[in-house]
Amino acid sequence: MNPTNRHTLAVLVDNESGVLSRVARLFSGKGYNIESLAVGTTDNPAISRITIEVIADDQQLNLLCNQLRKLICVHSVKALKPEHAIRRELMLIKVSSGDSVQRNEIIQIANIFRASIIDVSKASITLAVIGDETKTEAIQNLLTEFGILELVRTGMVALERGQYTIDEQTKMKGEFDYGKNVLRETFFE
Amino acid sequence: MQLNGARILLECLKEQGVDTIFGYPGGTILNVYDELYKMGDEIHHVLTAHEQGACHAADGYARSTGRVGVCFATSGPGATNLVTGIATAYLDSSPIVAITCNVSTGLIGKDSFQEVDITGVTMPITKCNFLVRSVNNLADTVREAFAIARSGRPGPVLIDIAKDVTAQMGEYTPMARKNHGKSGHLGALMQRYDFKPPEPDGDDIRLLADMLRQSEKPFIICGGGVVRSRAHEIFSAFAHRVDAPVALTVMGAGALSGTDPLVTGMIGMHGSQASNIAVDECDLLLAIGCRFSDRVALKTDTFAQHAKIVQIDIDRSEINKNVQTDHHIVGDAGRVLELLMELVPEMHHDAWKAEVFSHPRETIYDEHPGCLTPGQILGAIVSAAPKDSIVSTDVGQHQMWAIQHFHFDYPGQLLTSGGFGTMGFGLGAAIGAQTAFPNKRVLHITGDGSFRMNCNELSTVQYYGLPIITVIFDNRTLGMVRQWQTLIYGGRFSQTTLDRAPDFVRLAEAYGLNGFRASSLEEFETVFQQALASPRGSVIDCLIDIDEKVRPMVGGGSHITDFMLN
Repeated sequence: MNPTNRHTLAVLVDNESGVLSRVARLFSGKGYNIESLAVGTTDNPAISRITIEVIADDQQLNLLCNQLRKLICVHSVKALKPEHAIRRELMLIKVSSGDSVQRNEIIQIANIFRASIIDVSKASITLAVIGDETKTEAIQNLLTEFGILELVRTGMVALERGQYTIDEQTKMKGEFDYGKNVLRETFFE
Repeated sequence: MQLNGARILLECLKEQGVDTIFGYPGGTILNVYDELYKMGDEIHHVLTAHEQGACHAADGYARSTGRVGVCFATSGPGATNLVTGIATAYLDSSPIVAITCNVSTGLIGKDSFQEVDITGVTMPITKCNFLVRSVNNLADTVREAFAIARSGRPGPVLIDIAKDVTAQMGEYTPMARKNHGKSGHLGALMQRYDFKPPEPDGDDIRLLADMLRQSEKPFIICGGGVVRSRAHEIFSAFAHRVDAPVALTVMGAGALSGTDPLVTGMIGMHGSQASNIAVDECDLLLAIGCRFSDRVALKTDTFAQHAKIVQIDIDRSEINKNVQTDHHIVGDAGRVLELLMELVPEMHHDAWKAEVFSHPRETIYDEHPGCLTPGQILGAIVSAAPKDSIVSTDVGQHQMWAIQHFHFDYPGQLLTSGGFGTMGFGLGAAIGAQTAFPNKRVLHITGDGSFRMNCNELSTVQYYGLPIITVIFDNRTLGMVRQWQTLIYGGRFSQTTLDRAPDFVRLAEAYGLNGFRASSLEEFETVFQQALASPRGSVIDCLIDIDEKVRPMVGGGSHITDFMLN
């Protein structure tokens, strides 16, 4: 995977049924694979935010953004530049811990990575790790030797650094309004 | 007032000014048809032979009038029969609203009889689609669907209504169309910043005006966007102001009169030599409402290789999609040209025009003695039919021949499936156009392969007394595919020979229409006059040679001047 080609897209959509499938099928329909996907509501309960990671070159990314913006259910789309984005995902990882020595080692690793221990049983220990993929992959690699029983990731979520938001007005954002649906006031007459 | 869902739907269609619906009834849409029955003559319903025909008819109605076409179908197979028609409209940006009824809400998701998730099926081929599960959302949804279908870049919208919703009683408040944008979900959309139309950027317009001033060899490609926005008048004024040669894409036909001295003809795979050479040699290419499809920009990296490319399109996602441009303006073709006209002086490019028009803009086809040729047929039609005749075509050789020979004068005069290439589109589209324009002559140009696909609609032609003249270019083969097999596949005519039933003359007669056959120009001229004089629809089966070809031809993916056939 060429990391420079992995892009993070933030998409604001209507919080309604069917919206996720409209967005997701656009990627498959245009021939792209979704590498990571996370969806949740925002401070406005009527609006959900989808964070999608996709591998594409700059031109393909542009086309994808423009196609997304055409969907009626899509409010805003922004491709977050890696250098300006804060990206995090939550990983839950259940590791087997046969004896107390192993358990202590796992706890040490967890402390170093600031992972929290959220469940312990006689034979297993479950950690929650928050970070970008370098951190989650590093801890995953360390824990492999103990035996990973189960692993789940939420998918990456991302925000832009600084005061800028997804709704920042740009010329391109103005332009895509035309491509969507120009609902002129006069149109209804 | 309290009305049932079916009545609310029909009242909402009346709000939109819908007076014609093409459709086919069935189990789940019965309530709607029952209300239609009670309404009497208020809305004219055209019952087609097949839902696909209804969808093509709504499309033909929309393309010829510029208004939204409406079709009805029932659930399941009724709905899926619309799919090809919806995709055809989507690829050519034609505004239609397709209304289907699904099984009742309690039966949805249970694989009920004639149930299909049609909103899921049509997601990639509609601008937007809706499943209405409550009568309270019905009026709002219909109003939004129409607004979306016709605004911006037009396109198809599908509304799927659960059967029980059409029976439920709900509150209906009549609303004039001018108020639709002030209420409901549509009102909320209107409040959203991303639905407010910005003006084309002034700096962008000035930059383009400068580029035009500096250009010595400007060339314009006029696409379907000019037709859809009915910007033909200002486009014509602009083209003459700039004095640049103009190629018309298949979808752009009629945006500038085909007989205009600036027109170089079609461009692309079957483009004229004048068009294809001009685009290769120009120093500024202005593409208006054109998406550089692979049938126009055959090889994108050498397309207009000596030119700065400027794209004007209403759809932002079309910019740089197929061809990398040097400059673009996002906006309605008419509005952009209006602003541009204020900045562009009268120009003269006589030397450049002389160079372009030194190459043929029309194809001269050979005549074979004793044999009826496509050129003869079309020549006879052009000279005998009224000049404002609407022409619908199917897809294949006859389509290209027709576009080469007719010189379309106004937008909506040519109805053809350009983007999706739907064989079987023509007869449905002709029915839609003839219904919209009962006093105009509507000609359906087709091939034997395409005609066989949807010839069942002859029953619709007969029943409604539509005087449509179908002219079949009958070469007893899938001509365009055979042409490729001849030129590219070493003459291996795999499954393209159609030497089989029916006898089209007797078929027409079986449907109660005039059936004619012509195998010489004299015969054709005679029977075409008879067809023109008859109040009934006619089918003219024209026997042409199996190896007639469309010329010129450039192979797919080849450089645009690498003519395989001249």
